[in-house]
Amino acid sequence: MARRNESECRMLSVSSILGYGFPEASLKAGLERAPHYIGVDGGSTDPGPYYLGSGECLNSRKAMKRDLRLMLMAGVPRKIPVVIGTVGGAGAEPHLQEVAAIAREIAREEKLSFRMALIHADQEPARVRTWLQEGRITPLRNVPELTEPIVSRAAKIVGMMGAEPFMKALDGGADVVLAARASDAASWAACAMRMGMPPAPSWYAGKMLECGTATATPKGHDSLLGTVRPEHVEVEPMNPARRCTPMSVATHGLHENASPTIHEEPGGLLDATDCRFDAVSDRAVQVSGMRWRTRPYDIKLEGAECVGYRAITICGTRDPVLISQIDSYLQSVRDDVAMRSSNMGVSPEKYQLVFHVYGKDGVMGASEPIKNFTSHELGIVVEVVAPDAEDARSVLAIARVVIPKIDFPGRMCKSGNMAFPFSPSDISVGPTYKFSLFHVVRIDDPYAMFPIEYEQVH
Amino acid sequence: MAKLKDLAKVCKSKNAGPFEVTIDVMFDKRETYDKVVESGVINAELFARLYNVNVKDVLYTPYPAALALKGTIPRHVSAGDVGDTDVYGAQQHAPLLDVEIPD
Repeated sequence: MARRNESECRMLSVSSILGYGFPEASLKAGLERAPHYIGVDGGSTDPGPYYLGSGECLNSRKAMKRDLRLMLMAGVPRKIPVVIGTVGGAGAEPHLQEVAAIAREIAREEKLSFRMALIHADQEPARVRTWLQEGRITPLRNVPELTEPIVSRAAKIVGMMGAEPFMKALDGGADVVLAARASDAASWAACAMRMGMPPAPSWYAGKMLECGTATATPKGHDSLLGTVRPEHVEVEPMNPARRCTPMSVATHGLHENASPTIHEEPGGLLDATDCRFDAVSDRAVQVSGMRWRTRPYDIKLEGAECVGYRAITICGTRDPVLISQIDSYLQSVRDDVAMRSSNMGVSPEKYQLVFHVYGKDGVMGASEPIKNFTSHELGIVVEVVAPDAEDARSVLAIARVVIPKIDFPGRMCKSGNMAFPFSPSDISVGPTYKFSLFHVVRIDDPYAMFPIEYEQVH
Repeated sequence: MAKLKDLAKVCKSKNAGPFEVTIDVMFDKRETYDKVVESGVINAELFARLYNVNVKDVLYTPYPAALALKGTIPRHVSAGDVGDTDVYGAQQHAPLLDVEIPD
């Protein structure tokens, strides 16, 4: 059991995200190092707004259950707390409840008994509106200002918790902590600080541990041991096929951060400008010189709103005459779809029609610097998004009829302009979302937004 | 005159949150890194020009600890919104590959 005032805190991160998997042998090797905590990050905004908006989990139930079973069977009998943040991918209430249900199932199946803390992160729109009126909310870089209609339209709003709620849950006697949306590094920082380690190496260890063996070479979804001491952090992969080098660890500072050196966290700023990376063996690296500067407590708010329902079709052309005039051709498709859709009562302001043209600029869109492309074939994803699901399907069906049939100057392929790989060719994707909140709220209490519930699981 | 793709070991892009993309250029030799930095070719203005964004919205940071140069730019469309082409932002690095570095 972890105690305060030990000389170091050892933490085992099993993988990069719950459900991404890891070799059992790596977990076993990690247990031999007698970790004080076992954990894993549970999610990210990286896979897009759908998961937060819809409440669906990023990874399959089977994959999450496999990982969580191994973690609980390793931690619970040994009295090593198991701590997971941003469970289920986006860390909203449906994700938390799904992963909690999996934990209860595993307890039943494996006859494990433990005290579980659930830390919630959903935020009531009325509360967010009050913060907005009080002038407590500011946008993050390159994010638009928040308005009341944006708050009202959000399908879901979560706050991103810092280290304090994790420390409180552990102090409350939790053997297993499942937290909704949390800063990726917060669960680890909490565990180390709870054992008396200073904030700078504790948060730095969190930045390393949240991504499993992304700090190692070769990278992969595997287990990493992080050891925090008052002056430094040591990291070492548990799989003998991987190693950490000063370069592989330094490189991780670049990962998914706007700055390689300045990391903004709730209640402070982790500054890695003067970090030193020293090999302590051919597999382990020690990092020192990080600094922590406290600052007023800000919590990030993330929200997603539904922007409509999406329907798509996929097709391609091999016709050189068409390819040579693709822009004007697609404009004529757009105009014809608008006319025909209006005839059935769906005017163009009721839908968005997007052509993703692979072979031209499908990957970079308007940012594509190459304007004179030379592809012999083009692949097109035709996308329609509309507030009404039936409108989206209906307009897409019209586009699927227009795009192969419409005439263009010099047309020789009179039987059809496009090859469709599938029947049926129309695909209903369902509701689609966008990130609408990515702001910070200035608060005084690190706990108030994140209520903790305890339960005894048998 | 060499192109960046001939000098760098890694050139990659990825989301830094849903409203920004961050692009990393990494080198395997200190002398190559120093040469590229000293050429002065890579800077916030270059990222602004290549990606058609306002230079005041670009965050450019040389990171000698990893022999890396990092540019973070705003997205024209946030990750996953209608019209986005790259939810993870993982294929936005190519314009840097052909940037020429004087000898």
